[in-house]
Amino acid sequence: MLTIQDLSKTYADGTQALAGLTLSLAPGEIVAVVGGSGCGKTTLLRLVAGLDTVTTGLIRLDGATIDGPHSGLGLVFQEPRLLPWLSIAENVGFGLAHRPAAERRTRVARALDRVGLTDHARRWPRELSGGQQQRVAIARAFVADPQVLLLDEPFSALDAVTREDLHRHLLTLWAETRPTIVLVTHDVAEAAALADRVVVMRPHPGCIHATIAIDAPRSGDAAGQLRTTGALRALLDQSLATVTRRPAPAL
Amino acid sequence: MSVGTAPPLLVSEARSRRAPRSAPWRRAGWRAGGRLVLGVLIPVALALGWELAIRSGLAQGRLLPPPSRVLGTLLALAQSGDLGLHVQATLLRVALGFASGATAGILVGALTGTLPLGRHLLDPSLQALRAVPSLAWVPLFILWLGILETPKVVLIAVGVFFPVYIGVSGAIASVDRKLVEVGRIFRLSRPALAGRILLPAVLPGTVVALRTGLGLGFLFVVAAELMGASEGLGYLLVDGQQFGKPDQILAAILAFAGLGKLADGLLVLATRPLLRWQDVSRGVL
Repeated sequence: MLTIQDLSKTYADGTQALAGLTLSLAPGEIVAVVGGSGCGKTTLLRLVAGLDTVTTGLIRLDGATIDGPHSGLGLVFQEPRLLPWLSIAENVGFGLAHRPAAERRTRVARALDRVGLTDHARRWPRELSGGQQQRVAIARAFVADPQVLLLDEPFSALDAVTREDLHRHLLTLWAETRPTIVLVTHDVAEAAALADRVVVMRPHPGCIHATIAIDAPRSGDAAGQLRTTGALRALLDQSLATVTRRPAPAL
Repeated sequence: MSVGTAPPLLVSEARSRRAPRSAPWRRAGWRAGGRLVLGVLIPVALALGWELAIRSGLAQGRLLPPPSRVLGTLLALAQSGDLGLHVQATLLRVALGFASGATAGILVGALTGTLPLGRHLLDPSLQALRAVPSLAWVPLFILWLGILETPKVVLIAVGVFFPVYIGVSGAIASVDRKLVEVGRIFRLSRPALAGRILLPAVLPGTVVALRTGLGLGFLFVVAAELMGASEGLGYLLVDGQQFGKPDQILAAILAFAGLGKLADGLLVLATRPLLRWQDVSRGVL
Protein backbone atom coordinates (compact mmCIF):
# COMPACT_ATOMS: atom_id res chain seq x y z
CA MET A 1 0.00 0.00 0.00
CA LEU A 2 1.48 3.31 -1.13
CA THR A 3 0.24 6.40 0.70
CA ILE A 4 1.08 9.99 -0.07
CA GLN A 5 0.08 12.46 2.63
CA ASP A 6 -0.14 16.20 2.21
CA LEU A 7 2.88 16.24 -0.09
CA SER A 8 4.47 19.58 -1.01
CA LYS A 9 7.59 20.40 -2.95
CA THR A 10 9.16 23.82 -3.30
CA TYR A 11 12.33 24.05 -5.37
CA ALA A 12 15.35 26.09 -4.32
CA ASP A 13 14.36 28.89 -6.71
CA GLY A 14 11.03 29.30 -4.91
CA THR A 15 8.86 27.52 -7.49
CA GLN A 16 6.13 25.59 -5.74
CA ALA A 17 5.69 22.47 -7.83
CA LEU A 18 3.32 20.54 -5.55
CA ALA A 19 1.07 21.64 -2.71
CA GLY A 20 -0.84 19.43 -0.32
CA LEU A 21 -1.26 16.36 -2.50
CA THR A 22 -2.83 13.33 -0.85
CA LEU A 23 -3.33 10.00 -2.60
CA SER A 24 -3.31 6.36 -1.66
CA LEU A 25 -2.92 3.37 -3.91
CA ALA A 26 -4.04 -0.20 -3.26
CA PRO A 27 -1.71 -3.11 -4.12
CA GLY A 28 -2.04 -4.08 -7.78
CA GLU A 29 -3.91 -0.92 -8.69
CA ILE A 30 -3.05 0.95 -11.88
CA VAL A 31 -3.45 4.70 -11.41
CA ALA A 32 -2.88 7.14 -14.24
CA VAL A 33 -1.92 10.71 -13.47
CA VAL A 34 -2.82 13.18 -16.20
CA GLY A 35 -2.44 16.93 -16.39
CA GLY A 36 -1.06 19.76 -18.47
CA SER A 37 2.64 20.46 -18.57
CA GLY A 38 4.03 22.05 -15.44
CA CYS A 39 1.39 20.60 -13.13
CA GLY A 40 3.93 18.66 -11.08
CA LYS A 41 3.35 15.15 -12.51
CA THR A 42 7.03 14.40 -12.98
CA THR A 43 7.90 16.06 -9.65
CA LEU A 44 5.40 13.76 -7.93
CA LEU A 45 7.00 10.71 -9.51
CA ARG A 46 10.55 11.79 -8.68
CA LEU A 47 9.55 12.36 -5.05
CA VAL A 48 7.91 8.94 -4.77
CA ALA A 49 10.95 7.35 -6.46
CA GLY A 50 13.18 9.00 -3.86
CA LEU A 51 15.24 10.88 -6.47
CA ASP A 52 14.29 14.28 -5.03
CA THR A 53 13.61 15.26 -1.42
CA VAL A 54 10.18 16.12 -0.08
CA THR A 55 9.66 19.67 1.28
CA THR A 56 6.75 18.75 3.56
CA GLY A 57 4.48 15.73 3.76
CA LEU A 58 5.02 12.00 3.87
CA ILE A 59 5.32 9.16 1.38
CA ARG A 60 4.97 5.68 2.83
CA LEU A 61 5.19 2.23 1.34
CA ASP A 62 3.61 -0.37 3.65
CA GLY A 63 4.24 1.94 6.59
CA ALA A 64 7.91 2.64 5.84
CA THR A 65 8.73 6.26 5.02
CA ILE A 66 10.31 6.78 1.59
CA ASP A 67 13.23 9.22 1.73
CA GLY A 68 15.46 7.78 -0.99
CA PRO A 69 15.44 5.09 -3.67
CA HIS A 70 13.73 2.00 -2.25
CA SER A 71 13.99 -1.63 -3.36
CA GLY A 72 10.20 -1.88 -3.54
CA LEU A 73 9.98 0.96 -6.05
CA GLY A 74 10.86 0.87 -9.73
CA LEU A 75 10.91 3.74 -12.19
CA VAL A 76 10.68 3.84 -15.98
CA PHE A 77 11.84 7.18 -17.37
CA GLN A 78 10.50 9.14 -20.27
CA GLU A 79 13.54 8.04 -22.33
CA PRO A 80 14.82 4.44 -22.22
CA ARG A 81 18.08 5.40 -20.47
CA LEU A 82 19.72 2.10 -21.33
CA LEU A 83 23.41 1.82 -20.55
CA PRO A 84 25.03 1.91 -23.98
CA TRP A 85 27.97 -0.30 -22.95
CA LEU A 86 25.79 -3.21 -21.82
CA SER A 87 24.04 -5.68 -24.10
CA ILE A 88 20.25 -5.80 -24.06
CA ALA A 89 20.25 -8.80 -21.70
CA GLU A 90 22.76 -7.11 -19.39
CA ASN A 91 20.62 -3.97 -19.34
CA VAL A 92 17.53 -5.97 -18.36
CA GLY A 93 19.50 -7.68 -15.59
CA PHE A 94 21.07 -4.42 -14.36
CA GLY A 95 19.12 -4.37 -11.08
CA LEU A 96 19.79 -8.05 -10.32
CA ALA A 97 23.55 -7.87 -9.79
CA HIS A 98 23.23 -9.10 -6.21
CA ARG A 99 21.29 -12.24 -7.21
CA PRO A 100 22.85 -15.61 -8.15
CA ALA A 101 23.82 -15.84 -11.82
CA ALA A 102 21.45 -18.70 -12.62
CA GLU A 103 18.44 -16.87 -11.20
CA ARG A 104 19.51 -13.72 -13.03
CA ARG A 105 19.66 -15.58 -16.32
CA THR A 106 16.22 -17.15 -16.01
CA ARG A 107 14.56 -13.91 -14.92
CA VAL A 108 16.17 -11.90 -17.70
CA ALA A 109 15.23 -14.54 -20.26
CA ARG A 110 11.62 -14.53 -19.09
CA ALA A 111 11.35 -10.74 -19.13
CA LEU A 112 12.89 -10.56 -22.61
CA ASP A 113 10.40 -13.16 -23.77
CA ARG A 114 7.50 -11.14 -22.38
CA VAL A 115 8.55 -8.04 -24.29
CA GLY A 116 9.33 -10.06 -27.42
CA LEU A 117 13.04 -9.25 -27.58
CA THR A 118 14.62 -12.68 -26.97
CA ASP A 119 16.35 -12.52 -30.35
CA HIS A 120 17.95 -9.19 -29.46
CA ALA A 121 19.45 -10.29 -26.13
CA ARG A 122 23.05 -9.97 -27.28
CA ARG A 123 22.70 -6.74 -29.24
CA TRP A 124 23.77 -3.24 -28.21
CA PRO A 125 21.08 -0.70 -27.29
CA ARG A 126 22.04 1.48 -30.27
CA GLU A 127 20.98 -1.31 -32.62
CA LEU A 128 17.35 -1.18 -31.41
CA SER A 129 14.54 1.17 -32.38
CA GLY A 130 13.13 3.66 -29.89
CA GLY A 131 10.11 1.46 -29.15
CA GLN A 132 12.29 -1.62 -28.65
CA GLN A 133 14.59 0.32 -26.34
CA GLN A 134 11.64 1.44 -24.23
CA ARG A 135 10.49 -2.20 -24.04
CA VAL A 136 13.92 -3.07 -22.66
CA ALA A 137 13.59 -0.27 -20.11
CA ILE A 138 10.20 -1.59 -18.99
CA ALA A 139 11.58 -5.13 -18.75
CA ARG A 140 14.51 -3.81 -16.70
CA ALA A 141 12.12 -2.22 -14.22
CA PHE A 142 9.87 -5.29 -13.95
CA VAL A 143 12.66 -7.81 -13.58
CA ALA A 144 13.65 -6.32 -10.20
CA ASP A 145 10.13 -7.28 -9.07
CA PRO A 146 9.05 -3.97 -7.48
CA GLN A 147 5.89 -3.58 -5.39
CA VAL A 148 5.26 -0.22 -7.01
CA LEU A 149 6.26 0.70 -10.53
CA LEU A 150 6.37 4.36 -11.52
CA LEU A 151 6.19 5.25 -15.20
CA ASP A 152 7.01 8.79 -16.31
CA GLU A 153 5.37 9.32 -19.72
CA PRO A 154 7.23 6.27 -21.03
CA PHE A 155 5.35 6.14 -24.32
CA SER A 156 5.23 9.84 -25.16
CA ALA A 157 8.04 9.73 -27.72
CA LEU A 158 6.55 6.83 -29.68
CA ASP A 159 4.11 6.65 -32.59
CA ALA A 160 0.55 5.47 -32.00
CA VAL A 161 1.04 1.90 -33.28
CA THR A 162 4.20 1.33 -31.24
CA ARG A 163 2.49 2.86 -28.23
CA GLU A 164 -0.41 0.39 -28.32
CA ASP A 165 2.05 -2.44 -28.77
CA LEU A 166 3.88 -1.26 -25.64
CA HIS A 167 0.60 -1.00 -23.71
CA ARG A 168 0.10 -4.71 -24.39
CA HIS A 169 3.62 -5.58 -23.25
CA LEU A 170 3.16 -3.50 -20.12
CA LEU A 171 -0.08 -5.29 -19.22
CA THR A 172 1.46 -8.71 -19.91
CA LEU A 173 4.28 -7.98 -17.49
CA TRP A 174 1.92 -6.43 -14.96
CA ALA A 175 -0.35 -9.50 -15.00
CA GLU A 176 2.50 -11.72 -13.71
CA THR A 177 3.34 -10.00 -10.44
CA ARG A 178 0.61 -7.35 -10.27
CA PRO A 179 2.60 -4.46 -8.87
CA THR A 180 0.94 -1.13 -8.13
CA ILE A 181 1.49 1.11 -11.15
CA VAL A 182 1.57 4.90 -11.24
CA LEU A 183 1.50 5.97 -14.88
CA VAL A 184 2.12 9.63 -15.57
CA THR A 185 0.89 10.61 -19.00
CA HIS A 186 -0.49 13.53 -20.94
CA ASP A 187 -2.49 11.20 -23.18
CA VAL A 188 -6.04 10.83 -21.81
CA ALA A 189 -6.82 7.93 -24.17
CA GLU A 190 -3.83 6.06 -22.79
CA ALA A 191 -5.04 6.73 -19.24
CA ALA A 192 -8.53 5.49 -20.09
CA ALA A 193 -7.16 2.35 -21.75
CA LEU A 194 -4.82 1.26 -18.97
CA ALA A 195 -5.89 2.59 -15.59
CA ASP A 196 -8.29 1.54 -12.81
CA ARG A 197 -8.38 5.13 -11.67
CA VAL A 198 -7.32 8.41 -13.23
CA VAL A 199 -6.08 11.37 -11.24
CA VAL A 200 -6.37 14.72 -13.02
CA MET A 201 -3.90 17.33 -11.77
CA ARG A 202 -3.88 21.08 -12.13
CA PRO A 203 -0.91 23.44 -12.05
CA HIS A 204 0.24 26.50 -10.04
CA PRO A 205 0.80 24.87 -7.65
CA GLY A 206 0.40 21.22 -8.61
CA CYS A 207 -2.47 19.47 -6.84
CA ILE A 208 -5.29 17.01 -7.55
CA HIS A 209 -8.16 18.50 -9.52
CA ALA A 210 -10.36 15.42 -9.78
CA THR A 211 -10.27 11.63 -9.63
CA ILE A 212 -12.23 9.28 -11.87
CA ALA A 213 -12.65 5.56 -11.22
CA ILE A 214 -12.98 3.47 -14.38
CA ASP A 215 -15.79 0.91 -14.25
CA ALA A 216 -14.49 -1.87 -16.42
CA PRO A 217 -10.79 -1.17 -16.79
CA ARG A 218 -8.83 -2.77 -19.63
CA SER A 219 -12.00 -4.49 -20.86
CA GLY A 220 -11.32 -3.61 -24.46
CA ASP A 221 -14.74 -1.91 -24.46
CA ALA A 222 -14.00 0.76 -27.06
CA ALA A 223 -17.18 2.76 -26.50
CA GLY A 224 -16.64 2.83 -22.75
CA GLN A 225 -13.05 3.96 -23.20
CA LEU A 226 -14.14 6.67 -25.58
CA ARG A 227 -16.65 7.94 -23.00
CA THR A 228 -13.99 7.97 -20.30
CA THR A 229 -11.56 9.72 -22.63
CA GLY A 230 -14.17 12.40 -23.32
CA ALA A 231 -14.89 12.90 -19.64
CA LEU A 232 -11.18 13.11 -18.88
CA ARG A 233 -10.58 15.63 -21.62
CA ALA A 234 -13.36 17.82 -20.26
CA LEU A 235 -11.88 17.59 -16.76
CA LEU A 236 -8.42 18.39 -18.05
CA ASP A 237 -9.69 21.48 -19.90
CA GLN A 238 -11.48 22.53 -16.74
CA SER A 239 -8.36 22.00 -14.63
CA LEU A 240 -6.38 24.25 -16.93
CA ALA A 241 -9.14 26.88 -17.05
CA THR A 242 -9.26 27.18 -13.24
CA VAL A 243 -5.74 28.50 -13.24
CA THR A 244 -5.81 32.26 -13.07
CA ARG A 245 -3.60 33.29 -15.94
CA ARG A 246 -0.50 35.05 -14.81
CA PRO A 247 2.82 35.80 -16.48
CA ALA A 248 4.94 32.69 -16.64
CA PRO A 249 8.04 32.88 -14.45
CA ALA A 250 11.21 33.41 -16.43
CA LEU A 251 13.11 30.15 -16.80
CA MET B 1 23.96 8.47 -57.54
CA SER B 2 21.41 10.95 -56.27
CA VAL B 3 19.93 9.01 -53.39
CA GLY B 4 18.25 12.11 -51.98
CA THR B 5 15.58 12.38 -54.65
CA ALA B 6 15.03 8.71 -55.51
CA PRO B 7 12.05 6.99 -53.91
CA PRO B 8 13.11 4.39 -51.33
CA LEU B 9 12.17 1.46 -53.56
CA LEU B 10 14.68 2.50 -56.20
CA VAL B 11 17.41 2.88 -53.64
CA SER B 12 16.94 -0.59 -52.27
CA GLU B 13 16.84 -2.00 -55.80
CA ALA B 14 20.08 -0.33 -56.64
CA ARG B 15 21.63 -1.74 -53.51
CA SER B 16 20.44 -5.27 -54.12
CA ARG B 17 21.65 -5.14 -57.70
CA ARG B 18 25.10 -4.17 -56.58
CA ALA B 19 25.39 -6.43 -53.56
CA PRO B 20 25.95 -9.96 -54.92
CA ARG B 21 29.00 -9.01 -57.02
CA SER B 22 31.65 -9.87 -54.45
CA ALA B 23 31.78 -11.40 -51.01
CA PRO B 24 31.60 -8.82 -48.22
CA TRP B 25 35.06 -9.57 -46.86
CA ARG B 26 36.55 -9.03 -50.27
CA ARG B 27 34.88 -5.68 -50.65
CA ALA B 28 36.03 -4.64 -47.18
CA GLY B 29 39.56 -5.70 -48.09
CA TRP B 30 39.48 -3.62 -51.26
CA ARG B 31 38.16 -0.63 -49.36
CA ALA B 32 40.91 -0.87 -46.73
CA GLY B 33 43.53 -1.25 -49.46
CA GLY B 34 42.16 1.76 -51.31
CA ARG B 35 42.27 3.82 -48.16
CA LEU B 36 45.89 2.84 -47.58
CA VAL B 37 46.84 3.88 -51.13
CA LEU B 38 45.10 7.24 -50.67
CA GLY B 39 46.83 7.78 -47.35
CA VAL B 40 50.37 7.28 -48.67
CA LEU B 41 49.77 8.91 -52.06
CA ILE B 42 50.93 12.43 -51.13
CA PRO B 43 54.11 11.55 -49.17
CA VAL B 44 55.21 9.02 -51.80
CA ALA B 45 54.58 11.49 -54.62
CA LEU B 46 56.56 14.20 -52.83
CA ALA B 47 59.44 11.83 -52.12
CA LEU B 48 59.57 10.61 -55.73
CA GLY B 49 59.41 14.19 -57.01
CA TRP B 50 62.35 15.22 -54.82
CA GLU B 51 64.35 12.15 -55.81
CA LEU B 52 63.78 12.94 -59.50
CA ALA B 53 64.62 16.62 -59.01
CA ILE B 54 68.01 15.69 -57.56
CA ARG B 55 68.76 12.88 -60.02
CA SER B 56 68.04 15.20 -62.94
CA GLY B 57 70.28 17.91 -61.49
CA LEU B 58 67.49 20.39 -60.86
CA ALA B 59 68.43 20.54 -57.18
CA GLN B 60 71.60 19.80 -55.25
CA GLY B 61 70.20 18.00 -52.24
CA ARG B 62 73.01 19.02 -49.93
CA LEU B 63 70.71 20.34 -47.17
CA LEU B 64 67.70 18.24 -48.13
CA PRO B 65 69.08 14.87 -49.19
CA PRO B 66 67.05 12.63 -51.52
CA PRO B 67 64.85 9.94 -49.99
CA SER B 68 67.18 7.21 -51.23
CA ARG B 69 70.06 8.65 -49.18
CA VAL B 70 67.88 9.11 -46.09
CA LEU B 71 66.67 5.51 -46.33
CA GLY B 72 70.25 4.39 -46.89
CA THR B 73 71.35 6.18 -43.71
CA LEU B 74 68.46 4.66 -41.79
CA LEU B 75 69.38 1.22 -43.07
CA ALA B 76 73.02 1.68 -42.20
CA LEU B 77 72.09 2.81 -38.70
CA ALA B 78 69.86 -0.22 -38.35
CA GLN B 79 72.53 -2.63 -39.58
CA SER B 80 75.21 -1.29 -37.25
CA GLY B 81 72.83 -1.77 -34.35
CA ASP B 82 72.98 1.93 -33.46
CA LEU B 83 69.38 2.54 -34.44
CA GLY B 84 68.14 -0.21 -32.13
CA LEU B 85 70.13 1.29 -29.27
CA HIS B 86 68.78 4.80 -29.82
CA VAL B 87 65.21 3.61 -30.35
CA GLN B 88 65.42 1.54 -27.19
CA ALA B 89 66.66 4.50 -25.14
CA THR B 90 63.94 6.81 -26.46
CA LEU B 91 61.16 4.26 -26.05
CA LEU B 92 62.21 3.49 -22.49
CA ARG B 93 62.04 7.18 -21.57
CA VAL B 94 58.63 7.63 -23.24
CA ALA B 95 57.30 4.45 -21.63
CA LEU B 96 58.41 5.42 -18.12
CA GLY B 97 57.28 9.02 -18.47
CA PHE B 98 53.97 8.12 -20.10
CA ALA B 99 53.18 5.39 -17.58
CA SER B 100 53.81 7.59 -14.56
CA GLY B 101 52.28 10.75 -16.04
CA ALA B 102 49.17 8.97 -17.32
CA THR B 103 48.66 7.07 -14.06
CA ALA B 104 48.92 10.29 -12.04
CA GLY B 105 46.63 12.09 -14.50
CA ILE B 106 43.97 9.37 -14.26
CA LEU B 107 44.14 9.19 -10.45
CA VAL B 108 44.06 12.94 -9.85
CA GLY B 109 41.43 13.41 -12.57
CA ALA B 110 39.24 10.77 -10.94
CA LEU B 111 39.73 12.42 -7.56
CA THR B 112 38.79 15.93 -8.67
CA GLY B 113 36.06 14.61 -10.96
CA THR B 114 34.20 12.68 -8.26
CA LEU B 115 34.86 14.57 -5.01
CA PRO B 116 33.83 18.25 -4.89
CA LEU B 117 36.29 18.87 -2.05
CA GLY B 118 39.14 17.49 -4.12
CA ARG B 119 38.06 19.59 -7.09
CA HIS B 120 37.90 22.86 -5.14
CA LEU B 121 41.17 22.07 -3.41
CA LEU B 122 43.29 20.90 -6.35
CA ASP B 123 41.84 22.05 -9.64
CA PRO B 124 42.69 25.79 -9.40
CA SER B 125 46.34 25.04 -8.60
CA LEU B 126 46.60 22.43 -11.34
CA GLN B 127 45.04 24.80 -13.88
CA ALA B 128 47.59 27.46 -12.90
CA LEU B 129 50.46 24.96 -13.23
CA ARG B 130 49.10 23.89 -16.59
CA ALA B 131 49.50 27.45 -17.82
CA VAL B 132 53.26 27.10 -17.30
CA PRO B 133 54.91 25.74 -20.45
CA SER B 134 56.31 22.37 -19.38
CA LEU B 135 59.71 23.24 -20.85
CA ALA B 136 60.00 26.08 -18.34
CA TRP B 137 60.58 23.46 -15.65
CA VAL B 138 63.67 22.11 -17.36
CA PRO B 139 66.28 24.26 -15.57
CA LEU B 140 64.71 23.45 -12.23
CA PHE B 141 64.55 19.72 -12.97
CA ILE B 142 68.21 19.76 -13.95
CA LEU B 143 69.15 21.60 -10.74
CA TRP B 144 67.13 19.21 -8.62
CA LEU B 145 67.56 15.92 -10.40
CA GLY B 146 70.85 16.17 -12.25
CA ILE B 147 71.35 15.64 -15.97
CA LEU B 148 70.85 11.92 -16.34
CA GLU B 149 67.66 9.94 -16.90
CA THR B 150 65.50 11.21 -14.03
CA PRO B 151 64.88 14.79 -15.22
CA LYS B 152 64.07 13.50 -18.72
CA VAL B 153 61.48 11.04 -17.48
CA VAL B 154 60.01 13.62 -15.10
CA LEU B 155 59.69 16.18 -17.90
CA ILE B 156 57.85 13.65 -20.08
CA ALA B 157 55.63 12.66 -17.16
CA VAL B 158 54.70 16.31 -16.53
CA GLY B 159 53.92 16.80 -20.21
CA VAL B 160 51.72 13.70 -20.28
CA PHE B 161 50.01 14.41 -16.95
CA PHE B 162 48.14 17.57 -17.90
CA PRO B 163 46.23 16.45 -21.01
CA VAL B 164 45.34 13.17 -19.32
CA TYR B 165 44.20 14.99 -16.16
CA ILE B 166 42.10 17.50 -18.13
CA GLY B 167 40.60 14.76 -20.30
CA VAL B 168 39.69 12.43 -17.44
CA SER B 169 38.26 15.07 -15.10
CA GLY B 170 36.31 16.57 -18.02
CA ALA B 171 34.95 13.15 -19.00
CA ILE B 172 33.79 12.53 -15.43
CA ALA B 173 32.18 15.96 -15.21
CA SER B 174 30.20 15.32 -18.39
CA VAL B 175 28.80 11.90 -17.44
CA ASP B 176 25.08 11.95 -18.22
CA ARG B 177 23.09 12.71 -15.04
CA LYS B 178 20.28 10.60 -16.50
CA LEU B 179 22.41 7.45 -16.45
CA VAL B 180 23.56 8.21 -12.90
CA GLU B 181 19.88 8.36 -11.90
CA VAL B 182 19.39 4.86 -13.29
CA GLY B 183 22.09 3.75 -10.87
CA ARG B 184 20.38 5.58 -8.03
CA ILE B 185 17.00 3.98 -8.80
CA PHE B 186 18.64 0.56 -8.51
CA ARG B 187 20.26 1.71 -5.26
CA LEU B 188 23.86 1.20 -6.29
CA SER B 189 26.42 1.93 -3.59
CA ARG B 190 28.99 4.63 -4.35
CA PRO B 191 31.68 2.12 -5.38
CA ALA B 192 29.16 0.23 -7.53
CA LEU B 193 28.02 3.48 -9.14
CA ALA B 194 31.64 4.33 -9.91
CA GLY B 195 32.42 0.89 -11.31
CA ARG B 196 29.22 0.18 -13.22
CA ILE B 197 28.29 3.62 -14.54
CA LEU B 198 31.04 6.24 -14.17
CA LEU B 199 33.95 4.06 -15.31
CA PRO B 200 32.42 2.78 -18.55
CA ALA B 201 30.99 6.22 -19.29
CA VAL B 202 34.39 7.92 -19.03
CA LEU B 203 36.34 5.27 -20.97
CA PRO B 204 35.98 6.89 -24.41
CA GLY B 205 37.12 10.28 -23.12
CA THR B 206 39.98 8.63 -21.23
CA VAL B 207 41.23 6.84 -24.34
CA VAL B 208 41.27 10.13 -26.27
CA ALA B 209 43.13 11.77 -23.37
CA LEU B 210 45.69 8.93 -23.30
CA ARG B 211 46.29 9.27 -27.04
CA THR B 212 46.86 13.02 -26.68
CA GLY B 213 49.16 12.29 -23.73
CA LEU B 214 51.15 9.74 -25.70
CA GLY B 215 51.63 12.22 -28.53
CA LEU B 216 52.92 14.78 -26.05
CA GLY B 217 55.17 12.12 -24.54
CA PHE B 218 56.98 11.88 -27.88
CA LEU B 219 57.10 15.67 -28.10
CA PHE B 220 58.77 15.95 -24.73
CA VAL B 221 61.17 13.08 -25.23
CA VAL B 222 62.68 15.05 -28.11
CA ALA B 223 62.89 18.16 -25.94
CA ALA B 224 64.50 16.14 -23.16
CA GLU B 225 67.02 14.51 -25.48
CA LEU B 226 67.88 17.79 -27.16
CA MET B 227 68.85 19.10 -23.71
CA GLY B 228 71.68 16.65 -23.64
CA ALA B 229 71.80 12.93 -24.07
CA SER B 230 74.36 10.42 -25.27
CA GLU B 231 71.82 8.11 -26.81
CA GLY B 232 68.26 8.28 -28.11
CA LEU B 233 66.70 9.48 -31.34
CA GLY B 234 66.91 13.07 -30.06
CA TYR B 235 70.65 12.60 -29.72
CA LEU B 236 70.78 11.57 -33.40
CA LEU B 237 69.08 14.89 -34.22
CA VAL B 238 71.61 16.98 -32.26
CA ASP B 239 74.50 14.96 -33.60
CA GLY B 240 73.24 15.39 -37.15
CA GLN B 241 72.99 19.14 -36.69
CA GLN B 242 76.44 19.53 -35.12
CA PHE B 243 78.21 17.44 -37.74
CA GLY B 244 76.18 18.65 -40.72
CA LYS B 245 74.41 15.36 -41.48
CA PRO B 246 70.91 16.25 -42.68
CA ASP B 247 70.32 12.66 -43.82
CA GLN B 248 70.81 11.47 -40.24
CA ILE B 249 68.36 14.15 -38.97
CA LEU B 250 65.75 13.04 -41.49
CA ALA B 251 66.37 9.39 -40.67
CA ALA B 252 65.75 10.13 -36.99
CA ILE B 253 62.59 12.08 -37.88
CA LEU B 254 61.36 9.11 -39.95
CA ALA B 255 62.04 6.82 -37.01
CA PHE B 256 60.04 9.17 -34.74
CA ALA B 257 57.12 9.17 -37.17
CA GLY B 258 57.13 5.40 -37.36
CA LEU B 259 57.42 4.90 -33.59
CA GLY B 260 54.74 7.50 -32.77
CA LYS B 261 52.28 6.03 -35.22
CA LEU B 262 53.05 2.51 -34.02
CA ALA B 263 52.59 3.42 -30.35
CA ASP B 264 49.31 5.22 -31.06
CA GLY B 265 48.11 2.28 -33.15
CA LEU B 266 48.92 -0.15 -30.35
CA LEU B 267 47.06 2.04 -27.85
CA VAL B 268 43.99 2.15 -30.11
CA LEU B 269 44.17 -1.59 -30.67
CA ALA B 270 44.49 -2.32 -26.95
CA THR B 271 41.50 -0.15 -26.03
CA ARG B 272 39.21 -1.07 -28.92
CA PRO B 273 37.55 -4.05 -27.15
CA LEU B 274 36.48 -1.67 -24.37
CA LEU B 275 34.75 0.72 -26.76
CA ARG B 276 32.93 -1.65 -29.11
CA TRP B 277 29.57 -0.43 -27.82
CA GLN B 278 30.08 3.15 -28.97
CA ASP B 279 27.54 4.59 -31.37
CA VAL B 280 30.01 6.35 -33.62
CA SER B 281 29.50 7.90 -37.02
CA ARG B 282 32.82 6.61 -38.30
CA GLY B 283 31.41 3.75 -40.33
CA VAL B 284 28.94 6.04 -42.06
CA LEU B 285 31.02 9.06 -42.96
